[in-house]
Amino acid sequence: MTGAVKKLDLDPVTVRKARSLARKAGKPIVKLAQQHTTVSVERAVLRLAGLTGADTEGIPWVNRLADTVRADVGLEHGLALPVWDALVRGQAEDLAVLAQKAASGSVTFRMPEGRDLARARSAARKAATAGMKRIDGRRRERDRLIKRHGDPEQRPWIYLIVATGDIYEDIPQAQAAAREGADIIAVIRSTGQSLLDYVPEGATREGFAGTYATQENFRLMRAALDDSSRELGRYVRLTNYASGLCMPEIATLAGLERLDMMLNDSMYGILFRDINPIRTFVDQRFSRQIHARAGIIINTGEDNYLTTADAVEAAHTVTVSQLLNEYFAKEAGLEDWQLGLGHAFEINPDLPDSFRMELAHAMLARQLFPNAPLKWMPPTRHMTGDVFRGYLLDGFFNLVGAMTGQGILLVGMMTEAVVTPWISDRDLALQNVRYVLGAAGNLHEDFRPEPNGFIAQRARQVLGESVELLEEIVDDGLLNAIGDGTFGLMKRPQDAGRGLDGVAKKSSEYYNPAIELLEEGTR
Amino acid sequence: MSIVRPYGDTTGDGMVQLSFTLPVPHDKRAEGAAVQLANKMGMDPALVVHSKPIGPDFTFFVVYGPVNHLVDTSKVEVIERDYPLLSPKEVNLAIRKGLRRRLTVVGACIGTDAHTVGIDAILNIKGFAGEKGLEYYRELKVVNLGAQVAVPELVRRAKADKADAILVSQVVTQREAHVLNTKEMSAAFREAYAEDARPVLVAGGPRFTEQMAGELGVDRVFGRGTTPGEVASYLVDALVTKKIPAKRSA
Repeated sequence: MTGAVKKLDLDPVTVRKARSLARKAGKPIVKLAQQHTTVSVERAVLRLAGLTGADTEGIPWVNRLADTVRADVGLEHGLALPVWDALVRGQAEDLAVLAQKAASGSVTFRMPEGRDLARARSAARKAATAGMKRIDGRRRERDRLIKRHGDPEQRPWIYLIVATGDIYEDIPQAQAAAREGADIIAVIRSTGQSLLDYVPEGATREGFAGTYATQENFRLMRAALDDSSRELGRYVRLTNYASGLCMPEIATLAGLERLDMMLNDSMYGILFRDINPIRTFVDQRFSRQIHARAGIIINTGEDNYLTTADAVEAAHTVTVSQLLNEYFAKEAGLEDWQLGLGHAFEINPDLPDSFRMELAHAMLARQLFPNAPLKWMPPTRHMTGDVFRGYLLDGFFNLVGAMTGQGILLVGMMTEAVVTPWISDRDLALQNVRYVLGAAGNLHEDFRPEPNGFIAQRARQVLGESVELLEEIVDDGLLNAIGDGTFGLMKRPQDAGRGLDGVAKKSSEYYNPAIELLEEGTR
Repeated sequence: MSIVRPYGDTTGDGMVQLSFTLPVPHDKRAEGAAVQLANKMGMDPALVVHSKPIGPDFTFFVVYGPVNHLVDTSKVEVIERDYPLLSPKEVNLAIRKGLRRRLTVVGACIGTDAHTVGIDAILNIKGFAGEKGLEYYRELKVVNLGAQVAVPELVRRAKADKADAILVSQVVTQREAHVLNTKEMSAAFREAYAEDARPVLVAGGPRFTEQMAGELGVDRVFGRGTTPGEVASYLVDALVTKKIPAKRSA
């Protein structure tokens, strides 16, 4: 990864300034996140404590229990104290029974005081600790398996998507993709899952352009890829999406089922799903703390900005978002190797020098984040249905990936915008990747742009514009900047958007054993 | 000349290229099977120029050859769209010029349907099929109420937001619920509004066909595969070009 580093003569003072501005912009958001909780953060605690399953209508027990407790005592104190107080008082023998009783209205919850408070607190902490230990165990298990089977031989790692809607179809497809050379399998979620305020239960066979993220689907796919890892002699990683209204719960399930990477952008839900900004920032901080603990690599979603805004004009918004994502991630405890910061090959191919600009942007990202496994995303916006031209475009995309030492390469499909990938599309796409990576070899060792040539100047220009934008954001406040449409052209005010009713300001009695354990950080 | 054949490099040669995968292992028999398929599709002789295994159970083929079919261009039937397809820029311009204010669209999944995939594909900026959703259009004000919206709530929000158009989506449905829900919706709007003031009603979903508009009591139905650009273009045609609500009373 170090091959591409320091090839652009970037001014270290400007780079430091960009980082310190990102920190300044992000700090008030972290504070805001610390002052609030959400229904999904609280439900994640129940999941961590082992509450699973759903009622006959398919509504998870964590939702049933959370809703009842909230109706009785509010959300602002957190759910842990009233829930474990009820258990300590002997209202039910375990969480599952308590949830059933809560749903039928036969338990009333209260905020415990005095000695009851201390008892509830310690019972809650004990339950959360058990869950955290399972997550820690999963992380050790991953380390062991990577040691046994090994990492992919080459960088970038090759990332392929499956999305049939049916987990039992996904499994053979994922295994075939791994055999064909995929290092990372991402199971795309069903459209619309991000807006569900609950995580569906069980193995699912009906999704829309994707498969529901459920704990059981996670488990099934991870087990299948463990088989593939054994067969292929390299550890095949599994990716899903910690985004949308249930981000903290899905992150928790990912930790419990040893997923390896999670899509987890700090602003995607706000901008592209119209989820309330405060809800998103609270949820993403918690989910990133879980990812940090679970040893999961996050993938951020900067590529999405370029699908709505122009990839040349808005190049600096990608850099700004990467810097913000880096700040939020590190604040939550993630390390450099866990930061799959996103960027994409989305410049209009009809523009002169479009490839040079792509190189400049990719090198800028590589040099700004030398130790992060950057995630390089293929063209989508300028894929037209002309599959032959698309195949060439994907080849150039792969070449940038090879020349700039990207960490994760999402394989582009020539049938993008035409069909969900066919088996032959995937095979051709992988041939394209293998040819380019093989043919280019260690080209990045020889490739040094002219110190004052087009590429170096373009990179400096984008960095300069990023600093200017960050200065504006710091002056204006990040929430206001989001409200004004700074990113991806979307205007998202902080007092609107989905999921706002699931946010509460923490009271002085607030207690959350998961956050307590995550912030103590001892493993 | 209305009778034509595909063109490779000589008029009338009929040459086409074809690629496909068969679920068979890669061997001589597989190539023969590919030729057989191409022959049945009217390619004769069929030349398998490339075949490659995809894993142990599949084989990918590229086949070249002349097809013996003729096409008669005079017999091609085209169902013309009754409104012009506009780019986002043209939509924005038409609204700015013709309406001199933003056009308000209120969208929802009504009834018990929790599947916002349809309405989100049309409304969310992320869009569908490579096209950005209506939120992307500067001159469209989009209010997406999400899933499981009750009809009275939809009417209330439509009034509060002074909606020009209502978009309802129905994806997952049992026992014709999509039809009943949509009829309930259109009846409620007819009751709540004077006919010349009622917003344009649009229903969409994979179970609807375009011919169902009358039965459902809506102004337009969009079926499977509709893109945001088509919906935006229709709204401009209905509300700006034809000024439908005002004309209803005439």
